[in-house]
Amino acid sequence: MDEHCIEAVELLYHYLDGELTDDRRVIIQRHLDDCPPCFEAYDFEAELRIVVRQKCRDHVPETLVMRVAAALREVEQHAE
Amino acid sequence: MADQAKFSDLAMQYMPSLYTAALRMTRNPSDAEDLVQETYLKAYRAFNSFAEGTNLKAWLYRILTNTYINTYRAKKRRPEESDVDDLENFYLYRRLGGLEGAQAGRSAEDEVLDHFTETEVKEAIEALPEQFRMAVLLGDVEGFSYKEIAEILDVPIGTVMSRLHRGRRALQKRLYEFGRQRGLVPEREGTHG
Repeated sequence: MDEHCIEAVELLYHYLDGELTDDRRVIIQRHLDDCPPCFEAYDFEAELRIVVRQKCRDHVPETLVMRVAAALREVEQHAE
Repeated sequence: MADQAKFSDLAMQYMPSLYTAALRMTRNPSDAEDLVQETYLKAYRAFNSFAEGTNLKAWLYRILTNTYINTYRAKKRRPEESDVDDLENFYLYRRLGGLEGAQAGRSAEDEVLDHFTETEVKEAIEALPEQFRMAVLLGDVEGFSYKEIAEILDVPIGTVMSRLHRGRRALQKRLYEFGRQRGLVPEREGTHG
């Protein structure tokens, strides 16, 4: 681990979130191109994020869709 | 009063993600359904104040989180749980043996991720203290930017970053515990914590 690795560890989330300035992002990108351990670590975090996103989904009950639609219609009718 | 058909056309598409967030917040399907319905009714009544061309999804999330905080959380007030341990970045990856002996290509560490079930991921998120849970839901599950999360939760961007980053590390700790319980990941001496 050199100083660039330490910086890459610190800025992990800012980088993955797309919240770094362009200059900073380019510096990290260059380091990842040159440093396989950091690249692998970042890659793991990016995969984890995809796994969390994909595995945290729920099916909306059809009854809820109908309930909300009916409630909205009722509010509109009362307003007329 | 806003045109109901127009409101429905624009807003109903977000119900799956609002329902997922409501379930993670309330941890109860019946409360989650009520919360989603209330969110839609409030949004419809306030639709005139929604500035067209701005982010409708973020606006709906703001109503959802405010409704949750004002109604559902008050209903079941729990002890203050405002903090989590501050853990290091790459919490899970380090414990899977990464960073020290990394190899090129799709690694064993990455493959462990495939074994986590939907139930485990959902439980890991639901186990987070509320402030961290909301930040992780908005950031990682829904992909909102720091600025959008700051507007939805009405907190400064610095607070968003702190909650989101710490929440993620706490989530990794929980996933690591699930992995250990199921024998997916090795016990590593001196690295628990």
